[in-house]
Amino acid sequence: MNADHLENAGRRDFLRKSALGGGGLMLGFYLNAADGATKRVAKPSTVPETGEFKPNAFIHIAPNGTVTLISKQPEIGQGIKTSLPMVIAEELEVNWKDVVIVQGDLDPIYGSQSAGGSRSTPTNYEEFHKLGATARTMLIQAAAETWKVPASELIAHDSAIHHPVSGRKFDYGQLVAKAATLPVPAPESVRLKDAKDYKLLGTRIGGVDNPGIVTGKPLFGIDVKLPGMLYAVYEKSPVFGGKVVSANLDKIKSLPGVRNAFIIQGGSDLKGLLPGIAIVADSTWAAFSARKQLEVVWDEGQGASQSWAGFAAKANELSTQPGMDILRNDGDAKTALTAAAKTVEAAYSYPFISHASIEPQNCTAWYKDGAIEIWAPTQNPEAGQKVVTATLGIPKDKITLHITRSGGGFGRRLIPDYIIEAAAISQHLTVPVKLTWTREDDLRHDQYRAGGFHFLRGGLDDKGKLIAWHNHFVTFANKVVKDGKPKLELGSGANLSGDEFPGRWVENCLLEQTPLECNIPMGPWRAPRSNVLAWVFHSFIDELAHAAGRDPLEFRLEILGDKGFIPGTGEQGIPYDVNRMKHVLQHVAEKAEWGKKTFPRGQGQGIAFHFSHRGYIAQVAEVTVSRDGKLKVDRVVVSTDIGAQIVNLSGAENQVQGSVVDGLGALTFQELNIEKGRIVQSNFGDYPMLRIADAPTRVDVHFLKTDNPVTGLGEPALPPLAPAVCNAIFAATGKRVRQLPLLRTDLSWS
Amino acid sequence: MSKYKLNINGVQKTVDVAADTPLLWVLRDHLNLVGAKFGCGIGQCGACTVHVDGQPTRACLTPISSVGKSRITTIEGLSLNGEHPLQKVWQELDVPQCGYCQAGQIMTAAALLKKNPRPTDADIDTALAGNLCRCGTYLRIRAGIHRAAEIAAKESV
Repeated sequence: MNADHLENAGRRDFLRKSALGGGGLMLGFYLNAADGATKRVAKPSTVPETGEFKPNAFIHIAPNGTVTLISKQPEIGQGIKTSLPMVIAEELEVNWKDVVIVQGDLDPIYGSQSAGGSRSTPTNYEEFHKLGATARTMLIQAAAETWKVPASELIAHDSAIHHPVSGRKFDYGQLVAKAATLPVPAPESVRLKDAKDYKLLGTRIGGVDNPGIVTGKPLFGIDVKLPGMLYAVYEKSPVFGGKVVSANLDKIKSLPGVRNAFIIQGGSDLKGLLPGIAIVADSTWAAFSARKQLEVVWDEGQGASQSWAGFAAKANELSTQPGMDILRNDGDAKTALTAAAKTVEAAYSYPFISHASIEPQNCTAWYKDGAIEIWAPTQNPEAGQKVVTATLGIPKDKITLHITRSGGGFGRRLIPDYIIEAAAISQHLTVPVKLTWTREDDLRHDQYRAGGFHFLRGGLDDKGKLIAWHNHFVTFANKVVKDGKPKLELGSGANLSGDEFPGRWVENCLLEQTPLECNIPMGPWRAPRSNVLAWVFHSFIDELAHAAGRDPLEFRLEILGDKGFIPGTGEQGIPYDVNRMKHVLQHVAEKAEWGKKTFPRGQGQGIAFHFSHRGYIAQVAEVTVSRDGKLKVDRVVVSTDIGAQIVNLSGAENQVQGSVVDGLGALTFQELNIEKGRIVQSNFGDYPMLRIADAPTRVDVHFLKTDNPVTGLGEPALPPLAPAVCNAIFAATGKRVRQLPLLRTDLSWS
Repeated sequence: MSKYKLNINGVQKTVDVAADTPLLWVLRDHLNLVGAKFGCGIGQCGACTVHVDGQPTRACLTPISSVGKSRITTIEGLSLNGEHPLQKVWQELDVPQCGYCQAGQIMTAAALLKKNPRPTDADIDTALAGNLCRCGTYLRIRAGIHRAAEIAAKESV
């Protein structure tokens, strides 16, 4: 069902060009893995079109009945390459087995192609229905005109138009020639299917690349191979933004297999082309081997004095001072805390962590005659194109960017630093080059999930109601130059919205924020902000519930209250439907038999919820902690409200289970230390990831369908996991986890 | 550089590479067999797992000079057309997310099933401890191995 192995690049280019209507010379390449030979296929795009019916850029129906659908968003494991085409196929009434999915190259004809923020589904869902319905409407019209019967007598199903009255039918392929002559109706005018008639949406459909994955086909960026391609590595300063003073390039160039080695001056933008040394060789191993002998003198700059211990000490110092920015100030939190019947005070902290996508960053680029062709495992092809234009001066229309499958994204591949490195190396040499980062590069030059420190105080009245909340958040910022002036810019994912729960809910609420300057690159990590804020806030709420002697579920329901729908504050504010959250919270409690089970000491349940990426998610975790402090997550129950329809039930369930495992891995193990401005950890040996034995025994996923827009699921199921587990640990052992990762807290009990 | 005669997926191949070149890069760069993946280069992630004389082996840590006449099987050679029970079940249960680690998972699981046709969860957790899945498909990996074991048992009756 998928024609998208890399050997089909020629076909893909053809489709792209035909969608554009042709023009220019387009080169396509493929790798023939079977006989080991690489072949170059040059094909002018003025090849006559083969009589396909193309009502829009996303749908191509061939006379033989094959329906080719374009997936425009990058596939990074979130399943979008399967799910969005399913939406078209549903409306088109085509049998899924007749569908071929092709990954679209970067092309403005497709609209936005960035895959981030769990936005791909909500921003395309309605439109993709219309795309499919438009094609269906035209096929019906083509049949009606051919048979000279009213369109209303015709129905579409199973890749054919049927005329039940006469028993006649046309397969779609037979209607292609006629349909191609018809005017395309306005998208608003076409009739969409009633959800009760869906045959495909909500069913379990396997990923379209699965056949290639299980047989080892070249699908990923790192699998790209071009004729005459060289293999590159790129060494950057271990202190972020450090500059190259000198390197033993003559020695490196003399090593076996090395074709060239050179310094790239680069700039100071931590998300752009940083200074470094490129080594280009005949094979990956020759490049890796030569690099072991590379000696570089760096100008490390000011960043070399930074350390995590230093940041933590500074944060503690700041905790007693007023924050630099006031994010929210409702009522009078300080007075309310003084007057409260009971107060709780706690400090929470979490470290920088890496995305550690299992496919290290890599990119293949071929600069030739002022133009460049790029093959990139990217979540954000537009950003890749933009940085190539801005840095190398190659105009947009001279950049062809092929989106390959990505071995994990998690936000890392939104930042195109590895793309510009490959492009710069290829431009220097004017040959095709594949740049491969080692795992050490990937871990030490990530765009990290920012660390942070929260100093919290909460106040309860004499009935145990939460009446005051004060949070001083010490976070991280980079110094950047904007409009010629230096300024501090909060790290991506290092900010806190004043609207974040329980802001807007507690009558006396003071949220303060102070940034610490650092030169560590920060970027979005799956469910940015939320992935840690949910842990901090729902852990502290749990502390307050226990201090009040109240049930943690009932305490939360009281905080949520009867506010109904809360609009966001200001233009950027986030609206919050309280009833949807209460619904999932009560649902998860019921499914997990909250409050109805009794656990021996060492076992317990914890509950948490979080709203992010338009999704309302609540979770209950059940854990066992052995006397010597070993944690086992026995079961996680997840209740999810992401709107009226689950597109692909198999993919959706996989995303939720994966979010639970990912959340547990980050919670339990992940931590980067910083000393002398460098990341201390280097590879999976000292940066452990969650392995199969630590995965929960059972994850129950419930989707609550509600009458709301259909939204995404790559991220929102992750944030509640960490607090649910930590709250369960407290229930089991009385130990409160206030510092991540979990392995820093001794969980043993007696 | 030296010449090495290799037995890969039942086919004789000759490569001319440095003696310390890991099998992984010989497969990927020189033989265009890219199913085994580079993840860490230090034997910690298992994405490069292949069979050397039937034993699951980290190709990233296996110098080509050490391979000799051993039979190398990669994911491309596990079955003729992807019909190994694990390959079928991985599709039936839709195990992969990004899919990058899955060739390594399948190769390790295939070796497990050969040795232990009806593994328990604990057996699976032990055998696959060296294979990371960053997307967290572990629950489906466990289910997939059980299902493949079931199918294999039925087929052998």
